[in-house]
Amino acid sequence: MAQFGTPERFEPRKPAPLVFSNVRLIDPSTGRDEIGGLIEIDGRIADVGRHVGPGNAPDGAEIVDGRGQVLAPGLVDMRVFIGEPGYEHRETIASASRAAAAGGVTTMVCMPDTDPVIDDIALVDFVQRLARDTAIVKVRPMAALTQGLRGTEMTEIGLLLDAGALAFTNGRQAVTSARVMRRALTYARDFDALVVHLPADPDLVGEGVMNEGEAATRLGLLGIPAEAETIMLSRDLALAALADARYHAAQLSAAGSIPLIREAKARGHRITAGVAVANLSLNENDVGSYRTFFKLSPPLRSEDDRQALIEALADGTIDTIVSSHDPQDVETKRHPFSEAADGAIGLETLLAAALRLHHSGEVPLMRLIDALSTRPARLLGIEAGSLSPGAVADLVLFDPDAPWVVDPESLSSRSKNTPFEGARLQGRVIRTVVAGRTVYDYDSP
Amino acid sequence: MSLAPESPISFPHRHLLGINGLSPQEIGDLLELADRAAELGRQVEKKTSTLRGRTQINLFFEASTRTQSSFELAGKRLGADVMNMSVGASAVKKGETLIDTAMTLNAMRPDILVVRHHAAGAVELLAQKVGCSVINAGDGSHEHPTQALLDALTIRRHKGRLQGLIVAICGDILHSRVARSNIILLNAMGARVRVIAPSTLLPPAIERLGVEVHRTMRTGLTDADVVMMLRLQRERMQGAYVPSVREYFRFFGLDAEKLALARPDALVMHPGPMNRGVEIDSDVADGHQSVIREQVEMGVAVRMAVLEALARNLPNA
Repeated sequence: MAQFGTPERFEPRKPAPLVFSNVRLIDPSTGRDEIGGLIEIDGRIADVGRHVGPGNAPDGAEIVDGRGQVLAPGLVDMRVFIGEPGYEHRETIASASRAAAAGGVTTMVCMPDTDPVIDDIALVDFVQRLARDTAIVKVRPMAALTQGLRGTEMTEIGLLLDAGALAFTNGRQAVTSARVMRRALTYARDFDALVVHLPADPDLVGEGVMNEGEAATRLGLLGIPAEAETIMLSRDLALAALADARYHAAQLSAAGSIPLIREAKARGHRITAGVAVANLSLNENDVGSYRTFFKLSPPLRSEDDRQALIEALADGTIDTIVSSHDPQDVETKRHPFSEAADGAIGLETLLAAALRLHHSGEVPLMRLIDALSTRPARLLGIEAGSLSPGAVADLVLFDPDAPWVVDPESLSSRSKNTPFEGARLQGRVIRTVVAGRTVYDYDSP
Repeated sequence: MSLAPESPISFPHRHLLGINGLSPQEIGDLLELADRAAELGRQVEKKTSTLRGRTQINLFFEASTRTQSSFELAGKRLGADVMNMSVGASAVKKGETLIDTAMTLNAMRPDILVVRHHAAGAVELLAQKVGCSVINAGDGSHEHPTQALLDALTIRRHKGRLQGLIVAICGDILHSRVARSNIILLNAMGARVRVIAPSTLLPPAIERLGVEVHRTMRTGLTDADVVMMLRLQRERMQGAYVPSVREYFRFFGLDAEKLALARPDALVMHPGPMNRGVEIDSDVADGHQSVIREQVEMGVAVRMAVLEALARNLPNA
């Protein structure tokens, strides 16, 4: 039986030192990829490398023999929709944090699309307190870029940063006004704040509900053209260049977006991009006969788009992979496709789904862990994503080859809308450690 | 007594959710059965007892007088107890979901549900949740199988075949379930299908469904054996998809001059209700090539055939 930890607040006792031995160490922050060990003391990494083994373990340490397993920095998931406050029946910070722990995610960044919207320092504070009291992994909020996510007036970017907001986003919605977007980017620049935006022109999305093309035509559904993404992304990149701001495209879905990002990076602009693991592992044909768990935003696109995204991830044009964990319940999903809500849960399947690209030989393991941990940590300016001595001990130990079948009922998330229902995945999280404390232990008796 | 006691037909399906998935043999069998129903409909005594004791509920989430009355008449002629339910806005406004409505109706133990819904896939979703047979009477822009069957029956009765005919479907292909079901059926039966519409009313990649795409009536109608017009909704012709009614009529409305491009014995069809002077000129709609009224008659026959075919697979049949 797997075992979860409790929130730190209720477990003040300092755990014993933790030693991993015989593991494959993967650390994108240093490029380390070798068999060795790691020693954790007081929540930090004390030593790491080939020479570390049970022999040099400190007294009283818990020793974990991880033969055949990989030890990597804990995952940093930049795009998690939680539902608390406002939609606790779908997911709470506590239940999401258990899902995160089971998925090897040690830091999850929650989106401001809550009720009320996280657009005020009191809300940032509320989420952080709630996380401290109820979550077993680190939870950090992104604040709304515009008040109420309405896309008209910017939020108190400076005060929100001080309160603990990691970055600024309009969540599921796009800022349609170029003028508002320009001002927000320009203002955010003075604080060196990261603006995270989902480029999807709602006007061009229109009544579309899935990728535009043959599959949609056969199903009698209206399509969303790739240009809904590429046009708004072009606008965003131009405005970010004009403002000299830090801009991150939250989730890309279309092949046509790749050259735009590549070109902006080549010009030296501070542009980065993310992709949801679903867009890397599924395509429009998975919608099958109106399966609403595959109704996502941005939509699953063609196989050619998926291949282009994988290639861009491998070469670093796409920086990060996110779960875009978005719990929806029967009330919002058990509808005809066009009337169902967008979104899928993904915290617990994030690593295993991403590992498909490792098993298929399309993306090296080092680059995957980089995109799942080191790169997002660096973008957000948080201490995570490294196995270096002195770094905080946020760790994931996983068996990259262990097969499992996704059973929604056994997932920790309160909602069960997974597109990987019944899927065979390869790669299982064995242990998740947050600041030296084990928060998930698959093997626990 | 049933429509065809002597000829067991092959229709191993619990539901009729679309033309997609039916074999040419099954389509042919349904048309045979419908031919007999059409004969029966012209007798004084129009009733059989195939569905005696069975309950048929017509569940319409979208108003449709003609399809609903056609199904009602078909069910009654086969001896079923037929109940009409127009869900319309009322239940939806109360927050009841499609699934709730389905479960409620299912509890009344109907044998056959006839469902129309404004969302593609809704009927299939509902069919997964109920214990009875379900007939799709139109789901969004997806399928309208009985319309395609009645169109095929009408064509076959006039032309004696479907194989090799050139059928031109004209108008709002983008939003049309009638077009999709007809494209699938006609292709399965070996007809050559053309679609004719301005590009704004053509779904992307429509050619992948096995049709020739034409953007003008001049090329699309030439040598056609059948001209099938589609209804264009008013809100779509005032600048949204086409600039105006008069512009649409000028380029895509069927009048005598355009019809002359088709074969002299070409049939003119329309699923109704017609917008006279928008997609079709009155002279053509009422002219000697028009089989529009006959389509309505065949509608009842086809629906009787479908009900009978499904009834044979009902438990305790």
